[in-house]
Amino acid sequence: MMKHKMEIDGVEVAFSEGETILEIAQRHQKEIPTLCYDPRLEPFGGCRLCIVELEGARNPVASCTTKATPGIVVRTATNTIEAYRKTLLEMVISENREVDVSPLRGYASGELADLRDRYGLSDTRITGATSGTSKTDENPFILRDYELCISCYRCVRVCAEQEGDHAINVMNRGFHTQITTEFDGPLKDSACTFCGQCIQTCPTGALGDKKALRHAESELQIPSTEPNIEKTRTICPYCGVGCSVDILTKNEKIVGIHPAMDGPANQGALCVKGQFAYDFVQHSDRLKTPLVRGKDGELHETTWEEALDRAAEGYRSVHAKHGRHSIYGIASGRAPSEAAYIMQKFIRAGFGTNYIDNCSRA
Amino acid sequence: MSNPLVDMQKPDVIFCIGTNMTECHPVAATGLKKAVARGAKLIVADPRRIGLVEMSDLYLPLRVGSDTALLLGMAHVIAREGLIDETFVKNRTTGFDDFFEHISQWTPEWAETITEVPAKDIETAALWYGTANRGAIYYTLGITEHICGVENVQSLCNLALMTGNIGREGTGINPMRGQNNIQGAGDSGALPNNYPGFQAVTDPEYQAKFEAAYGKAVDLEKGITKVTALELCGDSIHAMLIDGENTLLSDPDREHCEHALRALEHLVVIDIFLTETAELADVVLPATAWGETDGICTNTERRVQRLRAAVPPPGDAKPDWWIISQIAQRLGFKGFDYNTPEPVFNELCELSPIYAGLDWERIDKGATDIFNNQWPVPHKAHPGTPRLHEKTFVNGRGIFSNVHYRDPAETISDDFPVWLTTGRRLQSYHTRTQTGRSEGIDYLLPEESLEVNPTDIEEWNLTDGEWCKMSSARGSITIKVKATNRSPRGTVFASFSFADVPVNLLTGSGYDPITHTAELKVCPVRLEPL
Repeated sequence: MMKHKMEIDGVEVAFSEGETILEIAQRHQKEIPTLCYDPRLEPFGGCRLCIVELEGARNPVASCTTKATPGIVVRTATNTIEAYRKTLLEMVISENREVDVSPLRGYASGELADLRDRYGLSDTRITGATSGTSKTDENPFILRDYELCISCYRCVRVCAEQEGDHAINVMNRGFHTQITTEFDGPLKDSACTFCGQCIQTCPTGALGDKKALRHAESELQIPSTEPNIEKTRTICPYCGVGCSVDILTKNEKIVGIHPAMDGPANQGALCVKGQFAYDFVQHSDRLKTPLVRGKDGELHETTWEEALDRAAEGYRSVHAKHGRHSIYGIASGRAPSEAAYIMQKFIRAGFGTNYIDNCSRA
Repeated sequence: MSNPLVDMQKPDVIFCIGTNMTECHPVAATGLKKAVARGAKLIVADPRRIGLVEMSDLYLPLRVGSDTALLLGMAHVIAREGLIDETFVKNRTTGFDDFFEHISQWTPEWAETITEVPAKDIETAALWYGTANRGAIYYTLGITEHICGVENVQSLCNLALMTGNIGREGTGINPMRGQNNIQGAGDSGALPNNYPGFQAVTDPEYQAKFEAAYGKAVDLEKGITKVTALELCGDSIHAMLIDGENTLLSDPDREHCEHALRALEHLVVIDIFLTETAELADVVLPATAWGETDGICTNTERRVQRLRAAVPPPGDAKPDWWIISQIAQRLGFKGFDYNTPEPVFNELCELSPIYAGLDWERIDKGATDIFNNQWPVPHKAHPGTPRLHEKTFVNGRGIFSNVHYRDPAETISDDFPVWLTTGRRLQSYHTRTQTGRSEGIDYLLPEESLEVNPTDIEEWNLTDGEWCKMSSARGSITIKVKATNRSPRGTVFASFSFADVPVNLLTGSGYDPITHTAELKVCPVRLEPL
């Protein structure tokens, strides 16, 4: 039970001990803008966009870092607050080379552009020096385009707090702030495991999914701001943790993977395999036609009819010659449960034996 | 897992044994890292100085294959120090008195002689786990891929039972499953001893139940395991249907395995690639892959989840369930006229008490605030069961097992003086049929290498980065040497992922007599410079 009360925009609301103003406001559908906020991470208070008016306080407070106390009165979107936010956003935008980036860069890569559009801002009202130096890094997965970095530190924090890897950190101060690795080297020489969490939390696309971008540009001719990327929710095909992912597709091609932030097993986390090792699916080596062994001892392409007849005939013949205990089924631990279920039914309902196993003993 | 993945952030003391979690289950490991950051104590027992060791509070570098001795020593200390949860033992378990007497002889000093772990560290581990308010055990194949895999697991159960560290939040005995649906394959009855839902084939009641459902009486005797079946190829096994497994590379003793499959009169392989195993088949049937197949899978915390097709399959590839059903229909088997996966899954649910409350529609909606869909889900209104054994054990009471230590099937000798242990690496998966075909992975891990302690490299006249010959009682391979302190003196490591370094030519010294799981974690070898 939420036992405390406070007021947001003239309405009394309940909250629990320890909740921040931002959390309470979001629960009541207040659309407070944020850039440095990721609900999975400790609040940081860096971007200052989530400022609200707190009655009795001299200045606006960052709602993400301010815990609610009983009886406080908060206003989330006064004219003054909204004016502050616009100016802050324009200043952030002015330091970046560009704002519109490919949605393939990462899960959150459109956040800055979305806020610009929400506030109807231009990219050029404030102009000046741009900050951040993009880093050449030959790794095939993580683009390090720091000219788009806004120093929200979400990448540094997700790497430390979520992954526990501490592969990246902050170098220099103020305008010269730069995200970097130990000794400023390539990611491969750092503690980075290429889980891709940094690119997925980056709100500007400064860190991007290099693999998705490379394929999109070279093979699929997807425009950089293609809006119609489709998403299909499924489960990662690798280990048994069962991370939820969204497969990104365009024109029947897999173009990338996003972690599902609401995945019950992973809450947005992935590893290098789940994040980047998806293109085996559409690899040219895939089997496309049934094969049967010919009289010449080689495998030859054939029709389903022919292949299934041959498959069945083989079992019929072995059954007739050696009896029902001569046939064995091995189910896959990689295919869906329907495959394993049908495999055991095939053996049990077909031959009346328990000559069935799966690949768990290897 | 007895407990849900979210519980990984909640223990006070975490005991990881035989699990290289940061590489093999990286996302699960993030939960442990959070627990450690919060102040939980982490004990890691592993022959190799794996990633988890770097964040541990206590490292127990045990000799490969000596787990049972370590765990007996810990049980001894817990009993000696009076850290028994008397209430739990009295109300929930059976056999404690015999067990108490049994462990009195297995002192940590004795365990040190077997495990090479200092007795005082075994004592510390036991004291930490024994005094934890919430003690959780995590393990993987480092526990089960031994000839004593069952005893290893029983030894862990003993620890949890004597301290009451089970059936509560942040505790439990938690094996991490290694394949995306290996849990689901077992749940679905692809086992020689169980019908779907772990209903024993030896129970006449279940035989009758499935006879009614399938129109066929199935043997009351257990079937044989895959390992036995491979041994009997050409003798009594003459035909196989293999779905999505590269048996040749993933199973131990590759030569024996290839010989076995070649001895079959009829081999049908269903797969997405022409694997080394498929190349031996009489008929190869192309399956739809992940991302192309609608279906259901179950993860390591028993959570039943939906797989969805996002793209069409290449060429004529078909779903596995369709392919097998078509073969069944051609053989005149009844009950295989499915057109979609939905009725297949619903049939599985109807026949499995642990899935009884589930159906396609419910899984399609996904986990909600009310339904977590972690089995057992005994009826439609049931939310699912994140934590097992909260009030009672399936068989009533938790049973203590008076296990004894046994040497591995093969131990080091003058001919084979080095311990080889095998496993996976972060960037490659199994036999690389998938990760080997994913662009970019090669940048991180282009080839296999043998991890050898730098001092051993010197002593054995090997050279870092150069090739060496590694032989076991079953064969020889050549492999590049890599100097690393991850390997202790006298123990080397390689993964089984790379076809050009077929480590499974060497392994396969023995099997657990009950589960028939191969002792892939222990294989004495000899190393020679090339």
